[in-house]
Amino acid sequence: MEDRKERRNQEWRKELRLKTKGKDRTSIPRAEMPMMDPLERVHYQDREVNTGLDLNTARQEATRCMDCVNPECVTGCPVNIDIPSFIKNIERGEILKAAGVLRETSALPAVCGRVCPQEKQCEAHCFYLKKLKKPAVAIGYLERFAADYEREHGVAEVPEIKKNGIKVAVVGSGPSSLSFAGSMVKKGYDVTVFEALHEIGGVLKYGIPEFRLPNDIVNSELENLEKLGVKFEKNFLVGRTSSFEDLKEEGFKGFYVASGAGLPRFMHIPGENFNGIMSSNEYLTRVNLMNAAKDEFDTPVFKGKRVVVVGGGNTAMDSVRTSKRLGADRSMIVYRRSMNEMPARLEEVKHAQDEGIEFNTLTNPIEYFADEKGHVSRVRVQKMELGEADVSGRRRPVPIEGSEYDIETDMVVVAVGVSPNPLVPSVLPDLKVSKRGTIEVNEETMQSSVPELFAGGDIVRGGATVILAMGDGRRAANGMDQYLTEKYGK
Amino acid sequence: MNEIIETGQFSEKVFKIVVYAPRIARSRKPGHFIVLRTDENGERIPLTIADADVKKGTITLVVQKAGVSTTKLCNMKPGDKIADLVGPLGKATKIKKIGTVLACGGGVGIAPLLPIVEGFKKAGNRVISVLAGRSKELIILEDQIKKWSDEVIVMTDDGSYGHKGVVTVGAEEVIKREEVNECIVIGPTVMMKFTALLTKKYNIPTQASLNTVMVDGTGMCGACRVSVGGKTRFTCIDGPEFDAHQVDFDELILRLGGYKEEEKRAYNAYLENQNK
Repeated sequence: MEDRKERRNQEWRKELRLKTKGKDRTSIPRAEMPMMDPLERVHYQDREVNTGLDLNTARQEATRCMDCVNPECVTGCPVNIDIPSFIKNIERGEILKAAGVLRETSALPAVCGRVCPQEKQCEAHCFYLKKLKKPAVAIGYLERFAADYEREHGVAEVPEIKKNGIKVAVVGSGPSSLSFAGSMVKKGYDVTVFEALHEIGGVLKYGIPEFRLPNDIVNSELENLEKLGVKFEKNFLVGRTSSFEDLKEEGFKGFYVASGAGLPRFMHIPGENFNGIMSSNEYLTRVNLMNAAKDEFDTPVFKGKRVVVVGGGNTAMDSVRTSKRLGADRSMIVYRRSMNEMPARLEEVKHAQDEGIEFNTLTNPIEYFADEKGHVSRVRVQKMELGEADVSGRRRPVPIEGSEYDIETDMVVVAVGVSPNPLVPSVLPDLKVSKRGTIEVNEETMQSSVPELFAGGDIVRGGATVILAMGDGRRAANGMDQYLTEKYGK
Repeated sequence: MNEIIETGQFSEKVFKIVVYAPRIARSRKPGHFIVLRTDENGERIPLTIADADVKKGTITLVVQKAGVSTTKLCNMKPGDKIADLVGPLGKATKIKKIGTVLACGGGVGIAPLLPIVEGFKKAGNRVISVLAGRSKELIILEDQIKKWSDEVIVMTDDGSYGHKGVVTVGAEEVIKREEVNECIVIGPTVMMKFTALLTKKYNIPTQASLNTVMVDGTGMCGACRVSVGGKTRFTCIDGPEFDAHQVDFDELILRLGGYKEEEKRAYNAYLENQNK
């Protein structure tokens, strides 16, 4: 906090604030994100839709930022990035310094700049939106710009780290784990990240498609962590390949479990186990992690022509847009509430619409039918209407009697959410878990009922965003650092 | 890591692969499986662990050439490295002293049956094993199974070895002859289906170890889902062993055929490439 104030009072910042009048700043329209043409991009699973701002546009957008005395945007950021500081560095053209500010608190700025729901976080608190009723400063676009610029132009600075030699283990290698690992390695710990799959990155690799988050971007962030000294061990399922006890014997003093909400939910309606019906996790894993759509890879994937995707979240959008890219004639969303309640980011919904995705809202599947080979051929759906608000605050969908009709389909992707992965809790009888199977932790320190074990991300939240998971990782790093310092000294 | 130490061949299509995987060798229990990927372009395939040597740090896999991935694996030689291998996965077999155990293994399913037979024998049970295959050469690991069985009955479809007939013929003989307290069955899905029907008739608790399509093997994808007692379960984390009397084998057979056409196409393309 003090840091931020001191920084704001640096001479260059003062000068920069005086250089352009407030009125001139507020009269600049918000930058628009350049993107690939929808008709062209639907042919490429691995080409990014958003192409990123150029230097001039970025500096102009950065000029919009008023460098507020009390920047509310920062309060909306789960990892508390010093937003005005990085933006003002962009304004003055010191892009690598801007990236440096991002790196202070975020292990994955290039990722966050792409997949964070900024419109619900930092940008939702922006002075422009709150006070001027104008579009917020495009903080997300700028974050992405700075991180990309650094990757393309500079060498990420490797800070001097004083090592303390204390070994800590991280279970899972998704965004929460990477955030934790980055924080801990900077505090001097000897960090090893264990991943069950054959690729590091968790949901960033198996879940989010390359048209939204290219693998190169993730890999480059992983390289940065490796340069800092984080060790990665693939094909290692903690609790199975070796037990927690084994790892303790090998010298690990603390564990951070961020094993994700890896268990896909199904609706348990008749016919759901027919072939051609799969979870979004399965579909996206086949395509993203296993490269199943490419001929030279062995893993198969159905390439449906009339694809139904059930759900209204980001994963549903990722799945339906993937199916279009793999050659579907019709790619359809079936969602039980209305467009207004869709949990997916507006930007993703908009991109999907531009790509010709059909939206069947207030519609819910109730039964599947198959051909003689057991492959899905039809889905029976029911129209819904919105009733009273439920616990989530959204109006509850209620079936309309007699409104059933059938949609012909040859492939269905079920994207109705995930449950916590039970693997870690099942091998730790002393670990307190909720009825839902999430690990219970102290919300400030992320410490679990097993003192040396901390947890965060979806295994604690049961399904959230990349950035909330990363925030947990940072908090857990502080919590574990304190715990280990008290126990073993510095 | 994951270096192939030794290979062997049981029959035209069934191979033995011994891999260096010391952590898994130490952690694995009967019933566990692994998931591997032969190379960077390979698919992830599940294979049950047939044996392990903690001292040497190796695990033994028995593989049947069936498609691209298994053929690639069977063609690997000692010194070759398997790109990725993770495990042990799944729930271990519940081994206890219960009395007389009937262990039925079909074809390549005899391999994962071996550590289970050993486990039950060591727990003090009377173990009768029924091994079945289409012909003599498909009966594998007979000597090893014998070591941990009080009796071994061999059944072949063509009568080229042991008794002529399918596994259920041998199993029913035992059931009629003496009290059987539990049955374990591992083999082709059809064989497990009929074994389950038989033991249900005699009310003998039966566990079947299912072989399903899998991707990650850790509960993440749900490709391995199977109906057990009317409920959807995941073979990778809830299984691979389930109460055989509750499993919907017909659905499982349909699901196993889900990618058949894609697999056939890929296999033909692979063979063509090999012959070039």
